[in-house]
Amino acid sequence: MLRTLYDKLWDSHVVHAEEDGTALLYIDRHLVHEVTSPQAYEGLKLAGRRPWRIDSMVATADHNTPTQGWEKGIDGIADTVARLQIETLDANIREYGALSYFPFLDPRQGIVHVIGPEQGATLPGMTVVCGDSHTSTHGAFACLAQGIGTSEVEHVMATQCLLQKKSKNMRVVVNGQTGKGVSAKDIALALIGRIGTAGGTGYAIEFAGSAIRALSMEGRMTLCNMAIEAGARAGMIAVDDTTINYLKGRPFAPREDQWERAVAYWRTLTSDSGALFDASIELDAGRIQPQVTWGTSPEMVSGIEGAVPAPEDFADPVKREGVERALQYMGLTPRTPLTQVKIDKVFIGSCTNSRIEDLRAAAGVARGRRVADNVKLALVVPGSGLVKRQAEAEGLDKIFIAAGFEWRQPGCSMCLAMNADRLEPGERCASTSNRNFEGRQGNGGRTHLVSPQMAAAAAIAGHFADVREIL
Amino acid sequence: MQKFNRLEGLVAPLDRANVDTDAIIPKQFLKSIKRSGFGPNLFDEWRYMDHGEPGMDNLRRPLNPNFVLNQPRYQGASILLTRDNFGCGSSREHAPWALEDFGIHALIGTSFADIFYNNCFKNGVLPIRLPKAQVDELFAQAQATPGYRLGIDLDTQTVKRPDGLALRFEVDQFRKYCLLNGFDDIGLTLRHADKIREFETKRRIEQPWLFA
Repeated sequence: MLRTLYDKLWDSHVVHAEEDGTALLYIDRHLVHEVTSPQAYEGLKLAGRRPWRIDSMVATADHNTPTQGWEKGIDGIADTVARLQIETLDANIREYGALSYFPFLDPRQGIVHVIGPEQGATLPGMTVVCGDSHTSTHGAFACLAQGIGTSEVEHVMATQCLLQKKSKNMRVVVNGQTGKGVSAKDIALALIGRIGTAGGTGYAIEFAGSAIRALSMEGRMTLCNMAIEAGARAGMIAVDDTTINYLKGRPFAPREDQWERAVAYWRTLTSDSGALFDASIELDAGRIQPQVTWGTSPEMVSGIEGAVPAPEDFADPVKREGVERALQYMGLTPRTPLTQVKIDKVFIGSCTNSRIEDLRAAAGVARGRRVADNVKLALVVPGSGLVKRQAEAEGLDKIFIAAGFEWRQPGCSMCLAMNADRLEPGERCASTSNRNFEGRQGNGGRTHLVSPQMAAAAAIAGHFADVREIL
Repeated sequence: MQKFNRLEGLVAPLDRANVDTDAIIPKQFLKSIKRSGFGPNLFDEWRYMDHGEPGMDNLRRPLNPNFVLNQPRYQGASILLTRDNFGCGSSREHAPWALEDFGIHALIGTSFADIFYNNCFKNGVLPIRLPKAQVDELFAQAQATPGYRLGIDLDTQTVKRPDGLALRFEVDQFRKYCLLNGFDDIGLTLRHADKIREFETKRRIEQPWLFA
């Protein structure tokens, strides 16, 4: 039978299936962070259980960690509740162990979805889980990678399995060539604009087509990262040379004696030609403009040449009311061209866009320019300590600082504003993160999702700008 | 896990689509290392007029009188009517924890985000999917009728309206079996421990690079 990539990944991990199809899926990699793990460890402890396989676990503290004041060590975490959560992870890892732990202040610490691939801890053919919805990121490596809740974190710790029913197959084919200034982020936002934030609910999405093949691993991670914003728990891309070249020599990649054998298997991780998908979407890469969201859901998005819509553009009454509420929250007037929307802050970072290629792209726009006077804060937060070191080796930090950006320590930072980096009520931000929900970047904050180049262009102009005119 | 069998309760209609888990329980409350106590901060930004932080005395905070769960007629609601894509966004299980702690034990809507849907079942909260026309009717009835109540029976998979009409809903049989009995998933899975070990041994031979 012809199978999709998702079918193959699913089939190769089923340990047991119930009559209704609910399966026990074996989990190869469990990524752990400080926010969604303490209750799981507590549950284990209360039941007197031990983790099934600690060498499947890679942990780091990223959500709560500050992006400055590292010289003060753990005392640099002013928020005592956040500090307790980080110290609780330290204690749990000390007690139970892990394959690898990158604690706060470790030079390899960073956002869990950046360090997994960076360390080669994410490999093709794996099932990857983490108590974080953006685990879909790892699907870029032809993994079945999914976000799970804390009860499931505990379940995976205790049994090495996840209890799940199979999703349907969706293929998103993006053919053609993206224009300059158009990145994986723009493909992701354009897709969500097309199918909506629930468009992928109940599906696993495979991204295919010439525009996807042309993406680097960083770009593929950006795209799979946003699969969850389209409603799909998992997004994935077949293995090719780009995948294999990225992995070679990474710390947890197969060693020499096993490398060829691994690669031979990985090459089979593609959908069979003619395999059936329950749904198919096609996008023409050449028609995608740089995207900017204007509302409080990632589906409320437009090309930069567009304008803020009016509620009456939407026929469905629930949608119309949603748009009305969103525009009120966002402080936007219908028909305003997006290039006239002024910003207060800029955030370049997050598990969506904080990898070296993202920083290079943003620095390319910032080079030799200055952040506009009306922009109060422009933050660059690298995804990991190693990304930061690489960027510094390339002199990107100097470009950003000379342009008026702040160059910070790695972490999730203002993507979800659990640490001190946040928007104040009413502040408007050009952000390379993944969610523009009400209050996401700070109570009352107004988030517009964009690519790294578009964020840098907005920082320079002081309002959204078409980066294609700058490049 | 908490059992769920039958529920008869007051219904509150939350009439917006794409309610995300950041709205259900904002991030500042995720710093807790406990599973309980999230109820007072359910829908914090919509429910209160001020900005909430952990450790505040929520009883002294100004309530937003326009928010549905603050209206006198919906006090004590245990069933929440929702629109499309409820629970989208972050995987935080703090969202069902907060709903359950507040006293919401069932949700009825057209669609739920996958991770949230799954998390509900782990916490004795039943999310029920019904066709749009039926959900529209429930919204209209709940808004028009003070004290509007529904009866939910998981065993027969029905939602019973006050006018006697029974609406049938679908649920995976395995989830239903776990929820009806309040089974601990982990305990159930560990009955297959030998199968897991066997699978693992095979995997170790076939793909040794996956094992450190």
